[in-house]
Amino acid sequence: MFDEKTLADARQGLKEWEAEVIKIAPDLAAKKRLSTISDLLVNPIYTPEDIRDIDFERDIGYPGSFPFTRGCQATGYRGRVWTFRMFSGLGTAEDTNWRWHQLLKEGETGLSTAFDFPTLMGYDSDSPKARAEVGKCGVAIDTLADFEILTKDIPLHEVTTSMTINPPASVLWAMYLVAAEKQGVGCDRVGGTIQNDMLKEFIAQKTFMCPPEPSIRLISDTIEFGTKNVPRWNTISISGYHIREAGATAVQELAFTLADGIAYIQDVIERKKIDVDAFAPRLSFFFDSHMDFFEEIAKFRAARRMWAKIMRERFQAKNPRSWWLRFHTQTAGCSLTHQQPYNNIVRTATEALAAVLGGTQSLHTNSFDEEYALPTEFAATIALRTQQILAEETGVVNTIDPLAGSYFVESLTSRIEDEAWKYIKQIDDMGGMLAAIDRGFPQREIANAAYRFKQQVDNQEKVVVGVNKYLAEEETPIEILKIDEEVEAEQVKRLKEVKRTRDSRMVSQALCNLRDACRSEANVMPCVIEAVRAYATEQEICDIYREVFGEYRDPGFF
Amino acid sequence: MEPERKLRVLVAKPGLDGHDRGARVIARGFRDAGYEVIYTGVHQTPEQVVSAAIQEDVDLIGLSCLSGAHLHLFSEVVRQLRAAGADDITVIGGGIIPEEDIPRLKEAGIKQVFLPGTPIAEIIDWTRKNMPSDSPSLSTA
Repeated sequence: MFDEKTLADARQGLKEWEAEVIKIAPDLAAKKRLSTISDLLVNPIYTPEDIRDIDFERDIGYPGSFPFTRGCQATGYRGRVWTFRMFSGLGTAEDTNWRWHQLLKEGETGLSTAFDFPTLMGYDSDSPKARAEVGKCGVAIDTLADFEILTKDIPLHEVTTSMTINPPASVLWAMYLVAAEKQGVGCDRVGGTIQNDMLKEFIAQKTFMCPPEPSIRLISDTIEFGTKNVPRWNTISISGYHIREAGATAVQELAFTLADGIAYIQDVIERKKIDVDAFAPRLSFFFDSHMDFFEEIAKFRAARRMWAKIMRERFQAKNPRSWWLRFHTQTAGCSLTHQQPYNNIVRTATEALAAVLGGTQSLHTNSFDEEYALPTEFAATIALRTQQILAEETGVVNTIDPLAGSYFVESLTSRIEDEAWKYIKQIDDMGGMLAAIDRGFPQREIANAAYRFKQQVDNQEKVVVGVNKYLAEEETPIEILKIDEEVEAEQVKRLKEVKRTRDSRMVSQALCNLRDACRSEANVMPCVIEAVRAYATEQEICDIYREVFGEYRDPGFF
Repeated sequence: MEPERKLRVLVAKPGLDGHDRGARVIARGFRDAGYEVIYTGVHQTPEQVVSAAIQEDVDLIGLSCLSGAHLHLFSEVVRQLRAAGADDITVIGGGIIPEEDIPRLKEAGIKQVFLPGTPIAEIIDWTRKNMPSDSPSLSTA
């Protein structure tokens, strides 16, 4: 990017600067070890020398053009700002439907569903395993009846909905499609996302049901079904968020997520014989935005560049849309502190700004009280307002990829990319992500990073304000959202009522058909839709999966 | 002289919650401090936790829950330990737990509750002071 003279001048200039620094600040010159939150060493200053190998056209270029370092859309946020998509769900379907209407009224532009643990794990609210968990961490959904209440008066032809659901993704997606159909919105018009990413569950989030191999098959079934029937749906959200939250570094988050993406694409191509360009444009991603501002921006930029190369070179995709890495971002839940919780508003704002400067398509901002419980409406509104302030007051949306060309940011982007390629190579050498998971490789790498970070915080090498520095003499209590204990009883009552009034012969027939589909190579989705329409419960459907495919047990690495 | 028996710790994740970062970090912290550590992995029922504790003959159980179901799950573990006559096993807990729930957990028999951000050393110190069988010769490496 620079001629030899500029580089020589830069080297000379750096030497002079260092000589000057030694005189005025010997401490700085003592090369104090400074690193990002992920422990990548950083220099006090960067110069043209640090990006001498970067070629503008090849590595940076223009938004909307390969390798998309600067964004997938040519128009950036000038065309359209990111979607304000607040992850939200609590108590019963009625409670969540009410919160959704409130958020939309306050200017939210997309919905995102938080389910409770029984729903996430494929158990009904009356299961013994669901005791004390119903409606706690999100909304409880057992049957289509709940889903119809959840989406009541939500215009499903206009708003897109993301659903954080993994092992039972096919079931909740089927409920969405049938609920939309009942609103008069057909499969060709609904838009949204199911997370549907099981590999990161085995690696990090641990919401698993069946073993990896059949889990991947169910994912390929949904991708195939979406490709043929639901053209506006993102059938998977390949997620680094949970990998990061489990303690991974930025590089690990990026590398493992892209390696998961590679595994999904390979499976669809091999199992379903579908052309990569037919389905790749609907693959979407989900990343964390943590506290280290520049590291995160660099990670997002590197992610787009790497995926474009993977798709064009490794998978020979021809459609430029297949090269796009479109992603949702959530600010880092694990960066929130229990101590002095109002400080979390500042943390979230900083992380949100990094996500925006990194060019996210969609954003969730955490509420300051989420180290205690699900957010109150007050806290959730501040979180939403944080995004609106960034979008409408700060001017950061006016210029696309404004940090491009920064010696530091470009150098860090390349560095993160190089480190992530090393991991991807290692995983390829093991035989791909499934084999790597089987060996416990990503799990152990993350566990090591998590433990190292905890030690760094405990010995104050890394500062967490209010936790290991600037402690408060006394903590100010905050208002906390409580989920009514009645929710469980109400939910169980509704479930009983649904079971009493549905046509049980239709349910049995649908479940029989689903069992047959699972045992064959047929796509399960039509059978899941049939079962959901007959008001089969989520667990009845998932029990078929468990029966045919077996259950996965946590190997318990630490 | 009989060789000194290391204190045995079971780190357990009761319930459907998969957030295991804290549990795994604590498990490693105990191991590095010289304890014998068994980690159950996620998605354990209270019955499974109690049965693992008895089979492994542990002295201390550390429960972790971030889903909001801690009142029921932690209390249930203590209740079932008592029912099995294993109430000599000390139970501590941690996770996303509002302060106002701590008295109720203690009433239910949870000896101590550690909130997010607690240094590992503080948990080890507590164990040293509160576990009568803990050997003072155990030292952090």
